Amino acid sequence: MTTTVEHENYLTTKLGWKSWFFTRDHKRIALLFLLTVTFFFFVGGTFATLIRLELMTPQADLFTSETYNKLFSMHGIIMVWFFLIPSIPTVFGNFLVPMMIGARDLAFPRLNLLSWYLLVLGGVFELYAILSGGIDTGWTFYTPYSSQFANTHVVAALIGIFVSGFSSILTGLNFITTIHKLRAPGMTWSRLPLFVWSIYATSVILVLATPVLAITLTLVGIERLTGVGIFDPNLGGDPLLFQHLFWFYSHPAVYIMILPGMGVVSELVTTHARRRIFGYEFMAGSIIAIAVIGFLVWGHHMFVAGQSPYASMIFSILSFAVAIPSAIKVFNWTATLYKGSISFTAPMLYALGFVGLFTVGGLTGLFLATIAIDVHVTDTYFVIAHFHYIMVGGMVMAYMGAMHNWWPKISGHLYDEGWAQFSALTIFVGFNLTFFPQFVLGYLGMPRRYHAYPPEFQVLNVMSTAGASILAVGYVVPLFYLIWSLWYGKLAPENPWQATGLEWQTPSPPPTDNFEESPIVTEEAYAYERAA
Amino acid sequence: MSALPEHQFDDIEQQYDAAYSGMWIFLSTEVLFFGGVFFAYVIYRSTYYDAFAEGSRELSVFLGGLNTGVLLCSSLFMALAVHAAQRGRNKQLIRYLIITELIGALFLGIKFLEYYKHYKEHLIPGLNFSYPGENASQMQLFMVFYFILTGMHAVHMLVGLGVLSALAILAYRGKFSSHYYNPVDIGGLYWHFVDIVWVFIFPLLYLVKRTGG
Repeated sequence: MTTTVEHENYLTTKLGWKSWFFTRDHKRIALLFLLTVTFFFFVGGTFATLIRLELMTPQADLFTSETYNKLFSMHGIIMVWFFLIPSIPTVFGNFLVPMMIGARDLAFPRLNLLSWYLLVLGGVFELYAILSGGIDTGWTFYTPYSSQFANTHVVAALIGIFVSGFSSILTGLNFITTIHKLRAPGMTWSRLPLFVWSIYATSVILVLATPVLAITLTLVGIERLTGVGIFDPNLGGDPLLFQHLFWFYSHPAVYIMILPGMGVVSELVTTHARRRIFGYEFMAGSIIAIAVIGFLVWGHHMFVAGQSPYASMIFSILSFAVAIPSAIKVFNWTATLYKGSISFTAPMLYALGFVGLFTVGGLTGLFLATIAIDVHVTDTYFVIAHFHYIMVGGMVMAYMGAMHNWWPKISGHLYDEGWAQFSALTIFVGFNLTFFPQFVLGYLGMPRRYHAYPPEFQVLNVMSTAGASILAVGYVVPLFYLIWSLWYGKLAPENPWQATGLEWQTPSPPPTDNFEESPIVTEEAYAYERAA
Repeated sequence: MSALPEHQFDDIEQQYDAAYSGMWIFLSTEVLFFGGVFFAYVIYRSTYYDAFAEGSRELSVFLGGLNTGVLLCSSLFMALAVHAAQRGRNKQLIRYLIITELIGALFLGIKFLEYYKHYKEHLIPGLNFSYPGENASQMQLFMVFYFILTGMHAVHMLVGLGVLSALAILAYRGKFSSHYYNPVDIGGLYWHFVDIVWVFIFPLLYLVKRTGG
């Protein structure tokens, strides 16, 4: 029997395709983003599957080395710019930030819609580059390979990233203004939910780092089209300069890809352990500290690129410094759980998975910040495993956790808890089986970006591929039960988790203006003990 | 002449505040956008100082200096336009906006004249670059950055002219008053920003080392 929401809400207030493609409602735009990034997630995931299939055997059997180069390049480009960077900010940031601060919408609803169109336009360029033959430069577009030697559709790919970059900038600008100017009466900075803090810090990075990427990629495009040699050593250019400019964006971009996840986990842990967050000020401060220090560590990607050893030492020390605020966060999440009444719902399972996997990813980051070890494992699977623990083990886990936690609010329906717990555990097991062997492979010396490898690495590679297939099941199953819940799921009450956030003080799904009357905030976030 | 706030704002002051901070944040993005090229340019300028000085001497400091003056004048009229808008003097506002635009167009005209001279002198990389002497390839690098920086600036000028035209049309339709002039203010911020960028471009490109060579 199908279940239907009775009250008028943002989903039913207007119907027809125009009401979606010209909407200014942040909640509807969030759903547009949701569909878009989900599409790109599965595109990028398809490339990952093909990569893992090829690596099942030591010799090349499915693809030539040229095709393999294209597969890992397109996997990286799609996953970084069209899934990870937009994922939590544009979907959950869009949906939740106005609701969490008690506002009716973002400050600039039209820019918000424009931001979605830009992401789609950028994605179209990317898909064009893929369908017309692919890109083989790696997601990093290192010169002079990308500017002079690569024989593929580099310019289309660059334009796609450039355009989607403006989508990021507009999103960031919108969030910063909204959080500054549209908070409800009583919603002081020290009462902001930590998710809002994390989106704020992410937005600052988006606004300040993305333009540098845009101009860097423009320079590569100009060099490629006109052959003038901006980064070409034969004409006086410096390839290392490209790496500096690129990582000046791309290292902070790593924090774009993890800070929103940290914000989500703070919400999930408090809600499902029914505890006030431990050390709120430190949690908010560490978010800002990570964002600030994140701008100063880009050189740790270039330890073997020929930069001055003194520069490397400084970058190494600064990279260690990032561990301090990160560790504060892990300890505080753990301390929040202490004496909490923990319920192992699917969102909590994802949050716990995040804390564990982020810790592994963070600690191996310290290995890589150590110059001597980095020289040993540069460009090996150790690096691949490290950043997948952060990006997939961290960000994607948080994304899935957020999806389950706020699904009742977004859709007005409850998902099936049993299936959700099943897929959360499947993802955790599959993830570790996929990526833990890669730490070992990398330490033993298997380089990244090769389609063939010595036979003694096969056992670990087969483990990794087996894990990837389990992981794939874990990602596909939610697609079914979440869509199923739209028709057959139980109707969600206003506040199914008995959580304290403002977003739960309004019907599910919310009305277009979010609140029947503007809320007035009288206490800090996460006041669980008082409520209980 | 309605000054009703959009539905997400409580009152019109909040809407103005939000629009201001939105523009300032956008300008900080722009600083980093130009900053990336400035950074690359400064690195090469210090690595190939002699070649870049040679390149700099190929540019006309007269035309560049003239253009700096022209652009600063346009900023003055932009400031006058904002002032007129605050006082609700609509005719003055329209007049100043148009003068600002004309001066901006004059700037672009002079810039185009310079580009044409470079074309005649075979100094356009990727098109007809030929330069005698051993520093030719570094000199080409200088010209590449010259065209990228001034080109990016010119594109921003064109956007600015579009913004000012839109403001002038709105003013002509009587949309602004002393209670509602926020778009003029914000358009002005953008125009001044584009001017300031030129104030950095001019010495960096035209005044590397005028003597010697």
